Amino acid sequence: MLLLVGAVPVEDLPLLVGPVAYNEKGITVDGYELAINRGNEAMMTSACITCRHYGVDAPIGLVAGDIGKRKGSEAIYNYLIEHLPEMGAKVMTLHYVMPDLKLNKKVLATIDTMEHKPMMIADAGSMYVAKAGGDSHYYDVFTPDLGEAAFLADDKADHPSFTRGFIFNMEEDVPELIRRAYAGNNATKTMFIKGAVDYVCQDGEIVDTIREPSIETMEPIGGTGDLITGMISGLLYAGVDPLQACRIAGRANRAAGELSQPTPATQVQEILRCLPRALDKVHKDLGL
Amino acid sequence: MNWFKKKEKPSQEENDSHAVTRGLLVFAHPTTVIDVEQILREEGYEIRVVSPPPSYRTGCDLSVEFPLEAEAAITELLNNSNLTPLDVVPITSKGMEPLQFVRKKWYGKYLMVRAANMKITVDTETKIIVNISGGGCPDVPYLATALIGKHINEAPDLTEVGFSLCAYSLNTAREELVREIGA
Repeated sequence: MLLLVGAVPVEDLPLLVGPVAYNEKGITVDGYELAINRGNEAMMTSACITCRHYGVDAPIGLVAGDIGKRKGSEAIYNYLIEHLPEMGAKVMTLHYVMPDLKLNKKVLATIDTMEHKPMMIADAGSMYVAKAGGDSHYYDVFTPDLGEAAFLADDKADHPSFTRGFIFNMEEDVPELIRRAYAGNNATKTMFIKGAVDYVCQDGEIVDTIREPSIETMEPIGGTGDLITGMISGLLYAGVDPLQACRIAGRANRAAGELSQPTPATQVQEILRCLPRALDKVHKDLGL
Repeated sequence: MNWFKKKEKPSQEENDSHAVTRGLLVFAHPTTVIDVEQILREEGYEIRVVSPPPSYRTGCDLSVEFPLEAEAAITELLNNSNLTPLDVVPITSKGMEPLQFVRKKWYGKYLMVRAANMKITVDTETKIIVNISGGGCPDVPYLATALIGKHINEAPDLTEVGFSLCAYSLNTAREELVREIGA
């Protein structure tokens, strides 16, 4: 099972656990319709498209409504604490949730009890809480953007908003941010850093950079990073190794951007529509 | 015997353990701190917006450090402003301050401003917010829905609709945007 975990911006939406499906209007989780938005919905849609592309089962979503008041996020943490071992997740992606150090540590303690630990990808709030708790070693892949890479590089910060200025200003030197993140044990074995140049890292080394096509107007568009996280999730579930998954996802994201001809006002739905064609193109380009 | 032996300067730790002169106002949501900061600064208090000590941390928190001798006056002021803190505690260690640096990038008529991990983009001709990107707390997608398509003057106040540190950073970016292009 590919388990996709995160909060959605619908206040009072109860916890839902069920198959994720998508259509032109949006996605459904356990039959409940959700509009495509940046964040968890974009990530889940991207993962769905990728799973369909690779002919594997659709993901299972574990979502709850949370507009920042914590209740939905707490329901998610508590469900994982109680039920994760019986869910049979092979790959689990943890995404937008309100960081909660104590509850996340309880989730990790539950994982410690499992005979078969799922491969774990974290981005957004789930990555923040993992790093803040000193628990990055539990996870297989992080997918930070540049601001988040600076946060991972700062061993004192427990949220990107607390990244110290001298590290924030190191963003022209991404390899140094990567070095610091690994030196502080705040990085994952495989890591994808999203930016004007994407960096793919393995065990502390930069093993690939992705520069083309360069679509500058992708940066202001909310949700483009979520597409990468979703694709990596689907690819891992389809049996692709983490490093190759990062290579494919980074290139497909740029290809989808190019196909959608975005402006800074473009919304992520328009890029998502181009994702199947982008995956085809990348497969052809990489000779897969 | 050296009668004039220089008295050893106490270490920082000793200083911290003996002189508790600062307190911390703890709130339920980081964005509440935006209003608290404004009120206390306007009243002339020397305050710092900081991360709370580890025992109070959840991973998404912001609090206000203040001179402890002003506790009674400050708590009364905040109570009267409906900004009552969850807790008021004395502190001995310094918290980290949130990042105030911003970066700006122009895309023709569009301007993107980034603070920490949050980006806001506006069409500078119409002053309509066209995109919000970055962040990881669950109010970010909600805030994007609430703000995108709105004139920068008409968009909801982030202290009312946001709850997280990401919302705090988004507010920092938005304030810079207003400074740059005007309201």
